[in-house]
Parts: sequence; structure tokens; C-alpha cells
Amino acid sequence: MTLMRNLTLSTAFVALSTGAALAGGHADCGDGRLNIIGNEFPAIQTVAAAAQACAGDGAEANLTSEHQTLNVAGMTGNPAEYTTAIVANSSIVALINEDVIQPLDDLVAEFGQDIPKQQLITVDGKVMAVAFMANAQHLVYRADVLQQIGAEVPTSYEEVLDAAAKIREAGIMEYPVGGAYAAGWNLAQEFTNMYIGTGGSFFEPGTAQVSINNAQGVEALEMMKALSEYMNPDYLTHDSNATSAEWEAGNVALMNMWGSRTGVLMDDEGSEAVVYENTKVGGPLTVGDSGTPATTLWWDGWTVAKNISDEDAATTFKAMKAGVSSDILNDETMSQAVWLMDGFEPAPVNEGVLASVAAGSTPYPMVPFQGLLHTALGDNIADFLQGNESAEQTLADIEAAYTAAATENGFLQ
Amino acid sequence: MKHKTFFWFVLPSVFLMVLFIALPIVSVVTQSLYSKHEQVIIEVENCGPFGCTVETTVDQEATAALEAAEPLGKWAGLDIYKDRNHLALSEVASAWINADGLPDFGKSLMNLPFYSALGFTITYTAIVTPLTIILGFMVAIAVNSVAKALRGPTIFFSLLPMIVTPLVGSLIIFWMVDARGILGTGLQWLANDPNLSVKASTPLMWAMLMFYGVWHSAPFAFIVYYAGLQTVNQDTLEAALIDGASRWERIRYVVVPHLAPLTTFIALIQLMDNFRVFEPIISFSAAAHATSLSYAIFNDLGGETRLLSSAAATSVLTIIFVAMLLSPVLVRTWRDFGTRK
Repeated sequence: MTLMRNLTLSTAFVALSTGAALAGGHADCGDGRLNIIGNEFPAIQTVAAAAQACAGDGAEANLTSEHQTLNVAGMTGNPAEYTTAIVANSSIVALINEDVIQPLDDLVAEFGQDIPKQQLITVDGKVMAVAFMANAQHLVYRADVLQQIGAEVPTSYEEVLDAAAKIREAGIMEYPVGGAYAAGWNLAQEFTNMYIGTGGSFFEPGTAQVSINNAQGVEALEMMKALSEYMNPDYLTHDSNATSAEWEAGNVALMNMWGSRTGVLMDDEGSEAVVYENTKVGGPLTVGDSGTPATTLWWDGWTVAKNISDEDAATTFKAMKAGVSSDILNDETMSQAVWLMDGFEPAPVNEGVLASVAAGSTPYPMVPFQGLLHTALGDNIADFLQGNESAEQTLADIEAAYTAAATENGFLQ
Repeated sequence: MKHKTFFWFVLPSVFLMVLFIALPIVSVVTQSLYSKHEQVIIEVENCGPFGCTVETTVDQEATAALEAAEPLGKWAGLDIYKDRNHLALSEVASAWINADGLPDFGKSLMNLPFYSALGFTITYTAIVTPLTIILGFMVAIAVNSVAKALRGPTIFFSLLPMIVTPLVGSLIIFWMVDARGILGTGLQWLANDPNLSVKASTPLMWAMLMFYGVWHSAPFAFIVYYAGLQTVNQDTLEAALIDGASRWERIRYVVVPHLAPLTTFIALIQLMDNFRVFEPIISFSAAAHATSLSYAIFNDLGGETRLLSSAAATSVLTIIFVAMLLSPVLVRTWRDFGTRK
């Protein structure tokens, strides 16, 4: 009995002291709650770690590639499970549509007057997010392979096709072109890039009426198909991870890839010296003669949930601000991304993204119904690439699938 | 059992069934009859690190007012069921009128997402269910005739495919059939075609998914049959042996009839399971070649813009199809029990 009482007492004592330690453990960001939801890649891990350090012991972070399916659900409750979501210009739209994030103007005025203006994302004049990095897809190439066939660094997809034909002819590689063409989100993203590159626009101006069944749409699809002839036959199952693995295995010499992933390709892990030493980044590729780069610009940034207390919002704001301050930049983190804060010094891996910005590439559209079109694209393009139907039929299918979804979601009558 | 005793005995499970099965189904059916409110769209200026652009956005206040007025959403009736992403009634009708013969109509039908998903789901169910039953039976007969000392390990190995998590099991096979994997390279060598790729070919991908389906669910049929085999009347078997029946004849005329009720049970469970085929499509990244009704529901819920009504409508259609599929088996079971009285 005595033993029992002792145990109970000591457990209570431990609980009390841990509670006190937790309460006292917060550092500089106040007593509120911080719970982050976001994608997982090195740059975001750095930001989340710095924010958690500021918010103290109780701070949590859920970094996962499934973040887009979790963030709305996790921020809808009251109080919201997540106090902040790390989003990009595509995924912030779903949060705005569902009205689960709050305007940050008051918080910026109170705690964030020193945040550089270029980092503030405003929608209709209200600050909705704070961006911390830029991203884009651009050419990645093997300098040694191009040298072997005596070709210049391609600047257009037409030149990529030429070089690929020469590489195959020379017997260097059977499938020299890579690309994240996995059916679904990745494939839709490649079409979005290519269609923007042909100078096409997705919707009739000011409406939710889709219009991609046109000459530009056909041109974009046909270029994708021409490229796929030089890709590993399994390309419809290759996402960014699988494409990077193909690259590191030395099977690919030319590809359009995310700037945030080039660091992995150029480090000395996972591939032979001949591969990583000769991996170089180029600018964005063009297609046809529209003059618009066939890529989209992206920013990643953080938001604050709407359904949380003022105290939690203040802590979250201060912690995330600390997470993306210049203090996080050091030798290790500097090359993880094209950081938007002051003090960022670009490394060679960042050149592709900077070149994409400099070339005046188009930001990924922040339109409320773009996500529905993205889904419809991802579900239907594979049919054309596999040769099951004509480009016009595929584009008509995409428009019809989008229209049904947009009608259901109240964007169309 | 007295009626009162029976009532109190089943009450907890009836309560739980209503709470966790009936009510969610009612909620799904309701959701499928409503669609989202009309979104009030306005043009605004968005600014960010790449400059400012004029974009459309949803007018939150106006939309919130609409939502407050009708919290369930806009009454859509059967509109969602009839739209192109589901039953596509008008598209099917025009395909029927414009079709150049039945094969052409079939092709137009398979171009519609719901029918192509249904096509794969039904083919998968029709092929995997009987193969699972046959394979499970054969394994059970084989294991039953193995020496007693070896039975434990044999049973364990036969059950392995079911013990391995579906996602992990299919991922392992997925890597093995990669064009650079051991099975993929083996297939290329067998077919003498260096460009052969399971992941790039629709027929091979279908075969792969069905192979996986049989591999994964045969252990279930096996273990049920194996249990059944222990109850076969040994006297009847011996009598058949003395009458000169061969091994095949003993199985055909004694064992198989004895196990018939079990076959009904396995068929029932397998039909339901196979009709909801889902995990292999995800882990084989097979969406470009094959989709199923469950995959369509997942796709609607997982996108950046969630389509709740669409997913609800597909769920209701799946429930209806499963009920239709099971009705012959259920009717048979009902009759069997009826005649026994």
C-alpha cells in the first residue's frame, strides 16, 4: 500500500515538474501554440526546426508529402489542429477557398514590420502569407554527354529533341530524356508548363470557363509526346523522386526538373563521380516561338490559421517569422533553396531558378478553380501519350471533366 | 432464446451498427444529393515576390452568406449522378446514336471515367474471385496431404501473402517488375524484347494487378478451406476408397460437395473485397492504365480542391453495385437455410 502511494505521489510530482518545465521551456515566441503542417524537403525542414526552437518544447510539426490532403481538414475545426500551413501558390488557394486562414495585416503591423515587402503575399490588398523561397522547373543537363555529341546547352524543347536524337544515335543512352511524367499531379504540371510556354491561356478571361482545346493545347501535347519517345518506357510511373533516381543512376542526360531538387543531384551521394560532377543546371526551356518560358514560378510561404486564439496566432506568427529570418542561413542551409530573405547568396544549384525568374517566367496561376483543371489534366493526358486517342479528343475530355467538377463546386452554372 | 433475452443480447451490436454503418451511409447519400453553393467570384489584385497580377478569387463574405442560408449546400437532386464524371447519361446517349457499331460504342464508353473504372473493377472481380477460390482450394488440398510435422511451417508460408501489408507487398512486386528489376528483366529475356515494360503496357499492367490480387487473397480462401477439410467425414472417404474411387474422384464427389457452403462464404467475402480494389492501383502507380471505383473516390477526396459530392455519389453507386453483385449469392444462401427447416 505504501509502495502504491509512493508511486502515485512520485508520478504526480513528475507530471507537475514536466508541466512546469514545458511551461517554462518556451523561449522567445510567447506562450501560445505552434503546430505546423507542410511539405517535406530540406528547406522546409530547416524552417520548421527554427520555428519550433523559438516556440519552445510544446511546438509540433507534421511535414509530409501528403500535406495537401491534410491541411484543410486540419485547419477547419475550432480550434484548428494546425496553427500554420506551409503552402505554395497553388495550395494556398484551397485554404483561401475554404476560408481557414486569416489575413495577417494586424500581425504584420504589430510584430513583423521588418519583413521585406517582397516576401508578403497579398490577395486583394490583404496579406495572406509570407513567402520564404522561390522554386521553378528548369533544364538539368550532363555536360560530358553534350560535349561527346558536340551540342550546345539546349534552350528550347526543340533543341532537347535534337540533342536526344544524337545521343541515341551515338549509342550513349537509349532513353536520354527524363521528366516527372507520372500520371496525376506531375503529368498535369508538365502540361501546365508546356501550355504556358506555347502562349496559351487556361480560362476565358474573368470566368471559370475553360478553354484549352485549341492549337496551343495540341502543340503542348504533341511536344510532350515527342519527348516521351526518348524517355524510359515506364515514364508514366516516374514522379520527381523516381526521375531523380534515374538521373543518379546515369540513365538520363537531359531533363526538366525542380530547382529544389538539384542540390540532391549535384552532391556526391547516390551517384558516380562522372554523373554528379557533370550535372549542370540551365535556364527554363522554351517551346515554339511564343517567347514565354515553358515553366511556372512558385513560392513557398507560411500562413496562419483562422480558427485559433489571438495568443496562438501571435506565437505562431513570431515563431514562423523567426523560422524564415536571415538567422537560419548558414553554410549548410544556404544552398537548400532560393531564399527570399536578405542575406541569401546563390550557389550554382540555385542558378536555374534565378534564371527562370530573370527570364520573366509565369507564376503558377492562383485561381480558385485551377486545382480542378490540374486534376482533370492529370487524369486524362496519359490516354494521348499512350496513343489511345487524338490530341483533340484528349483536350475535349479534359474540358468536359473539368466542367463537370467546376459545376459541382459552384464555379459554373 | 426468449425474445427479451435476445433483444438485450443484440442491442449493443445493433446500436453500434446503426451508429457506425447506417448513419454514415445516410450521410453519404444526403451529401451526394447536394452540391456546393454557387461561388461568388470577383477579380482582385494579387501581389507576391514575382510582382502583381489580376486574378479571380472567391468572395468569402458573399459566399459565406449563401452558405449560412442553406448549410447543406445547393439541392442538386440526381444531377451529380448524371454528370459526365459519373453515369454520364447524355454522353452515353449521344455515343449510342453516333456510334459506328458496337465496338465503337464500347470505345466511347471506356473514354468516360466512370465506365472505364467500372470496366476494370468488374473484370478484376470476375477474374480474381474464381482464381482465388481455385488456388486457395488447391493449396488447402496440398497442405492437407503434407506430412504432419511439416504442416505448421507450410501453413505459415502459405499465409505469408496475407500477412504482408497490401501496400508493402504490392510495392515489392512493383519494384521487381520494373524494366530494370529482376522480374522485368526476366520477362524481357523471355520475350526477347528489350523494350518490353510491364508498367508501360495496359494489358500487362492489368495482368499484374490481377496476379497480385490472386496472390494476396488466395491465403484467405486457403485457410477457410483448410479448416473445412478437417471436418470431412473420414468414414465416407474410406468407403469411397474401398469402392475403388481414385484420389480425384474422392475430391470431386466427397470433398467438394462437403465444402460447397464454404465456397459460398468465400465468394461472398471475395466479391465484396475485389469490387473495392484500391491499394494495388496506388502502389503500382497504375492510374494511367487502370482505375477502379474506389480509386475514383480517393482521387476526388485527395485533390487540392476536394469534390465531396462527387465522392459521395461514387460511393453510393459502389454500394448499389456491390449489393447487385451479392444478391445471387445472398438469395442462394437464403434458400439453403429456408429448405433446411
